[in-house]
Amino acid sequence: MSTAHLRIDGLTKAYPGVVANDDISFEVAPGEVHALLGENGAGKSTLVKMIYGLVRPDRGQMTLQGKRFDPANPNAARRAGIAMVFQHFSLFEALDVAENVALGMDNPPPQRTLARRIREVSETYGLPLDPARLVGDLSAGERQRVEIIRCLLQDPKLLIMDEPTSVLTPQEVEILFKTLRKLSAEGTAILYISHKLEEIRALCDQATILRMGKLVASCDPREKTARALAEMMVGTELTTPDRVGTAQSEVALDVSGLSVASASPFGTSLRNVHLQVHKGEVLGIGGVAGNGQEDLLAALSGEVRTAPDAIKLGNRNVGHLRPNDRRALGLLSAPEERLGHAAAPDMSLTENALLTGAIREDLAKNGFLNWPAARAFADSIIREFDVRTPGAGHAARSLSGGNLQKFVIGREILQRPEVLVVNQPTWGVDAAATAAIRQAILNLATQGTAVVVISQDLDELMEISDRFAALNEGRLTAPQPTRDLTLDQIGLMMGGAHDMDVAQVAE
Amino acid sequence: MIKLEKRPEPSRHWAYATPLLAVLATMIAGGILFAALGKDPFVAIRTIFWDPLFNDQFAAFSRPQLLVKAGPLILIAIGLSLGFRAGIWNIGAEGQYIVGALCGAGVALAFYPLEEWYVFPLMVLGGALGGWAWAMIPGILRTQFNTNEILVSLLLVYVAEQLMASMALGLMRNPDGGGFPGSRNLGDYPAAYNAEIIAGTGMHWGVVAAFIAVIFAYILLNRHIMGFNIRLTGQAPRAARFSGVKPNRLILFCLGTSGALAGLAGLFEVAGPAGQITIDFNVGYGFTAIIVAFLGRLHPAGILLAGLLMALTYIGGELAQFMLGLPAAAIQAFQGMLLFFLLAGDVLTNYRIRIGRAEVA
Amino acid sequence: MDLSSIDPILLIAALMVAATPILLAALGELVVEKAGVLNLGVEGMMITGAICGFAVAVETGNPALGFVGGAAGGAALSLIFGILTQFLLSNQVATGLALTLFGLGISALIGQSYIGVKPPATTDLSFPILSDIPVVGPILFQHDAMVYVSLGLVIAVWYLLKYTRVGLVLRAVGENHDAAHALGYKVVRIRLAAIAFGGACAGLGGSYLSLVRVPQWTEGMTAGAGWIALAIVVFASWKAGRVLLGAYLFGGITVLQLNLQAAGMKIPVEYLSMSPYLITILVLVIMSADKSRAALNAPASLGRAFHASS
Repeated sequence: MSTAHLRIDGLTKAYPGVVANDDISFEVAPGEVHALLGENGAGKSTLVKMIYGLVRPDRGQMTLQGKRFDPANPNAARRAGIAMVFQHFSLFEALDVAENVALGMDNPPPQRTLARRIREVSETYGLPLDPARLVGDLSAGERQRVEIIRCLLQDPKLLIMDEPTSVLTPQEVEILFKTLRKLSAEGTAILYISHKLEEIRALCDQATILRMGKLVASCDPREKTARALAEMMVGTELTTPDRVGTAQSEVALDVSGLSVASASPFGTSLRNVHLQVHKGEVLGIGGVAGNGQEDLLAALSGEVRTAPDAIKLGNRNVGHLRPNDRRALGLLSAPEERLGHAAAPDMSLTENALLTGAIREDLAKNGFLNWPAARAFADSIIREFDVRTPGAGHAARSLSGGNLQKFVIGREILQRPEVLVVNQPTWGVDAAATAAIRQAILNLATQGTAVVVISQDLDELMEISDRFAALNEGRLTAPQPTRDLTLDQIGLMMGGAHDMDVAQVAE
Repeated sequence: MIKLEKRPEPSRHWAYATPLLAVLATMIAGGILFAALGKDPFVAIRTIFWDPLFNDQFAAFSRPQLLVKAGPLILIAIGLSLGFRAGIWNIGAEGQYIVGALCGAGVALAFYPLEEWYVFPLMVLGGALGGWAWAMIPGILRTQFNTNEILVSLLLVYVAEQLMASMALGLMRNPDGGGFPGSRNLGDYPAAYNAEIIAGTGMHWGVVAAFIAVIFAYILLNRHIMGFNIRLTGQAPRAARFSGVKPNRLILFCLGTSGALAGLAGLFEVAGPAGQITIDFNVGYGFTAIIVAFLGRLHPAGILLAGLLMALTYIGGELAQFMLGLPAAAIQAFQGMLLFFLLAGDVLTNYRIRIGRAEVA
Repeated sequence: MDLSSIDPILLIAALMVAATPILLAALGELVVEKAGVLNLGVEGMMITGAICGFAVAVETGNPALGFVGGAAGGAALSLIFGILTQFLLSNQVATGLALTLFGLGISALIGQSYIGVKPPATTDLSFPILSDIPVVGPILFQHDAMVYVSLGLVIAVWYLLKYTRVGLVLRAVGENHDAAHALGYKVVRIRLAAIAFGGACAGLGGSYLSLVRVPQWTEGMTAGAGWIALAIVVFASWKAGRVLLGAYLFGGITVLQLNLQAAGMKIPVEYLSMSPYLITILVLVIMSADKSRAALNAPASLGRAFHASS
């Protein structure tokens, strides 16, 4: 017992209406790679925020190297040898790599010395990085390297990694794992947060599984099957969605030579994208975040307009049309960001139903709104997609992520689209809602709708798509039938390990 | 330790209660201010809020003034509220007010001394067009060149003031005025005069226009897709674009409408209560209307009430100046304070206040 | 018209004086905006600084104390903005406007008994030998201390933002307040400090207006200078050196049009008086037309409220 590097005893943290962590206890040994496993909302983030000094626990205590540990802020945690790589990076796009690293250190050396040390560490651990580049110009994988190097420069004894692989290609994941194994061999304990079971089985020595704020199991993940881990995590037996291949020969959406310059300074421009989706088919588009996913959705939804013939619906040019004109023709979409893009957070569900439904559901006459009809439409979405809410009059932001996502996807599906484009349909959504949404998408395809699913979750795409293509720096690969693909091939389609072909972790 | 916690959705109760609380807090803080100036705070507050309406001696004069002052405030604030809801900040209403007055008066002076029924309607049109055109400058610069409309609309106020000075001293100067600056008095030109519709009430065409604007704004915001788009754009601009709102059209609509309404307010003022273009024709209605719009929660009915209240502080302020020697600037500070308290109170609509253990912030 | 009555040396010297109030205010606002806060109350803080500085200088007979008072007045007013936007999370645009309206009122109130009063004179520094150099001497070395303070402040702000840890943290907070918070930086405190600095600079600029540039107190005497300072920050694309350029350019236009008025140019005075505002608008248009450049330099969190949700 005394050998534990970090010991957690009965940590409890409650927020109004929800107990995020309820009496959690576990230990991390030096050099151990310890998995923290759980669904979205299981309380993993709150737990590590307490360890990192961002949140104070209501009850319970932590012991670090035998001493009472109660960090008042992240600086105190860093001084105690704890470093953290965030899921949503804590980086500053307009600043360069060295400045970003300096901001994560308590006593950074002068910039020139720091730049040298960044190069040294990046070579030692096989993470090539130029200290003078602006972070905004880096790929997601490179950004993660900035975070990791920032941590490594502090010589941490405990490294916390929050969902680190969600932005990496399979090849990049391999390299990350090599780095982590090397660190662990050097005696650094690693707390590894994830919901990806195979990864945890490949990497971790010990796993702590959380469900709805409670610790439900501790085990050695290598001794369990992925399915067993998943059931511990979710608490029920999992159902995989039914899928019947229903692709027809008729092309519903035809994109050819689509190029769009990015509107934001650090965005990705689309370059000469070609794709065809047939009626009744699900086309999955994978890729690491920041490779043009949002721009592709914007070009298809009509938020960004293009040359008329770059996008064809059936045999009609629609590239120059605005969102509502495209809706009228049956091209519907659901963006990734629920709050603020797909839905207006402070508006009621009725108003949010009107947001995209006005045209196809006939909710406005001569510009005058038919509120009762809008309300009825919202009610039908809530009913048919099992959206948990006290009523359509409530604000969108009062819904949980999963429920709002069901509402957003349901809103488009109920409008009987010819073509539906969705970006990250189950991002940050609990397992039950995820299953429901995926099933709804498949059902829609069965009825003959052509569906484009843009996602960063490869498992999701393998599960529901008929064909798979990947976005990589704004270019789309040629789609391949999903069932024939191996993980390696997918990784290569996603761009392999970005400029890391030469990188070697010094063994 | 006091801590804010975001509410799952905005509280309706607090949305209605905060303006009342703000008025109350302003009376208390204002009372302290007046006491600091050596005036009896209770007498001062009574003089400002009560006497103009109910004091036997002053009410006869003050009551009609209420509508005279509230008319332009409401008219301008209604226009501003549309833009404010969409996140489009026209803060140069004062300039649009001036240019509206100049154009309206220009029409009248061009027809002088013709006595025809169509002179006044043409002036109304001129006033609205003048304000509209002046507001389209920031509008077009914003849509074409992405220039910040806040700065441009505001800077144009100073340009408009200079323009008015040049008109009062030059082109529009009364040829029979013996060389004094200022135009002919439209009060002496019946076809152009915006007289009281019902004598002794202060009700003139500008007040009627303000009431019509309130009704139109209500219908627009609650029943029409344009109003929905305005609200959507203000709350979630990306969602608005996704929904199919054309941002540039919305910007031009909001700026143009608020400019036209401000121009109308200027026209009705110069053709009625003010009577003529002078160097100091504008008295800050365009700025006070910003307070009115916020105090009314950017809601048409709220603006109606807020406009009346703000008009009351103007009249009461003048009365207090006359009766107690309270400086005019004190009322200006008083109005500014009101806006502060209102903005501070807004936190209660969106956040719950918890008193508890400190979180690391 | 007699253009020969315009002396280019005096013109340039006068330009530096005319530009100083706006330079000070714009520098302060630059720091505020770099921290991710948009304070539209510059006009209100300037005029409050103008009367506070004026009152202190008149009461004490010491112009140096007047400048301190002006800075204190501007900072005090800015803290109202700070508390409202940082603790009570009010809308920054609306609160900034409120600050301006309130500042105009409160300054007029304080200033009632100071109308027509003459402030103690601020003496020009004289540098032995340097002041006597022809052309350069009168232009550069015969000003009051505040002109040099403002130039020193430009260098200080430039150095601070570019080379120091404090500057780096400030930029980080303005760029991404959530990330800065996650790293343990006190976003609210840093922003409050920036807001107070901005208020002090605006107050200093205002008091320079009432003590040196005019010098007397009249209601609303800033006449849009605060708004022009805001425009200059945009013009400078958030760079200290270019704030100096923008302020001096504006000062040049102001002085030139005053000289043209005096020289009896055949354009009505009103049109010359409106020219600085029109040229400011023109410059704004030119700067903002290039969207990519404007977006690159603008702090990414500018104007967004920060609330630590975790």
